[in-house]
Amino acid sequence: MTTATDSEGGTLAVEIWRGKDAGQFETYTVPQRANQTVLDVVTWIQRHAEPALAYRFACRVGVCGSCAMTVNGKPRWTCRTHVSKVAGEGALRIEPLRNLPRLKDLAVDMTPFFEKWQRAQGRFTPTRTRNDPLTTVSPQSAGRKAADAGIECINCAVCYSACDVVGWDDGYLGPAALNRAWTLVNDERDGDRAGVLKAASSGGGCHSCHTHGSCVEHCPVGINPTAGIAGLKRWSIVELLGGKLP
Amino acid sequence: MTPVVLYLAQRLTALILAPLVIAHLVLILIAVEGGLTAAEILNRTQGSVGWGLFYGLFVAAAAVHAPIGLRNVIHEHTRWTGRSLDGAMLVLAVLLAGLGARAVLAVVGTP
Amino acid sequence: MIRPARNHPGFWAFVAHRVSGVALALFLPLHFLVLGLALESGDALDRMLAVADRPVFKIAEWGLVVLLTVHLCAGLRVMALEFLPWRDTRKGLIGIGAAIALLVGALFMLRAG
Repeated sequence: MTTATDSEGGTLAVEIWRGKDAGQFETYTVPQRANQTVLDVVTWIQRHAEPALAYRFACRVGVCGSCAMTVNGKPRWTCRTHVSKVAGEGALRIEPLRNLPRLKDLAVDMTPFFEKWQRAQGRFTPTRTRNDPLTTVSPQSAGRKAADAGIECINCAVCYSACDVVGWDDGYLGPAALNRAWTLVNDERDGDRAGVLKAASSGGGCHSCHTHGSCVEHCPVGINPTAGIAGLKRWSIVELLGGKLP
Repeated sequence: MTPVVLYLAQRLTALILAPLVIAHLVLILIAVEGGLTAAEILNRTQGSVGWGLFYGLFVAAAAVHAPIGLRNVIHEHTRWTGRSLDGAMLVLAVLLAGLGARAVLAVVGTP
Repeated sequence: MIRPARNHPGFWAFVAHRVSGVALALFLPLHFLVLGLALESGDALDRMLAVADRPVFKIAEWGLVVLLTVHLCAGLRVMALEFLPWRDTRKGLIGIGAAIALLVGALFMLRAG
């Protein structure tokens, strides 16, 4: 084996939040490995030091969006975050995501996140049945390009956790739900684009965004929700002036 | 008023205010040299329709712009929200417009 | 304590925008009241302007001029992000705004001093 690539002997001091809202950090000493991810570290602790540690993950390859946590103060997808990138002096502090109710240890309740997704009407409204031919959508059309720019969201809630307005205003739908609304408003196949815009423009909708750009800073898949939300704002003005929004 | 209407009002007044603020700043930088006197201000403004319109528009836009902004700030950083907040901001808008109109009359009106 | 997740230029631009906005909103009624003194007479306004000529007020005035410039630049940045198609120079805009505010502040100090 190429033990040369392993930093054998080195250790990490890892602080992990234990408990719900009331709780404390506990420190674990974890062997350092090359190419180790933060999720690897959490898994090592659960297997070797703290079997009762609660956390979430599924795919381990950055697709499912379940393993987001707060790592050294910033929300991150832990399965694709290398320890070497974030552990300054070999120290890690891992907490649950902000802006969501805590369940236990590193697991949060994602219910508000997905409820707001629905409130923003972040779901496709079909107009055809399986017997109809497929719609032809030009990949070059402006609408498709705008939708494509935001479509790769993995619902990890990193942006929701990073957003200041979400923390200040319980009613704010948040970057992920509004980004989804923006992709639908631009999807010519959607049967209720006016409804999506209306949902995204109601109280706590796109107009609550103040363009901090924390969502853009932290989105692990490089989406720019702030740009999409700005698009919703522009479109809402057009609809207002056209008499289609109250 | 819905969020869209408030948003549009906020951005429209911002677009009006931006050039006015730039002119205001340039004027301040010119006038500040050697101190400010009432005569200096009033000689320029008294009886001037142009300055009357300039400051009148300035006051009207600011009276709309400031309360909408404060409403966001208060809603996000305190527990105060809802109708009473909207009412208070409306009062503030009227107050600003009133005091502002009085100020414009004071500097533009001829004695 | 500033959370690490907040520590990026966009957040600081927001803070500058918000703080300057609140300060200006609070100052506005006072500004109008002082100008309204001219209704009584030019002398009343002059007495007020004489008070405002003291160093402590000069510093406050300087602060207001800077805050007004900051709020103007931050607001123009927000509208550029919302209404213009380009997105990549976001942070450049913040730098430009800060530079303009510094310049106006320096000019005011030079000319007032």
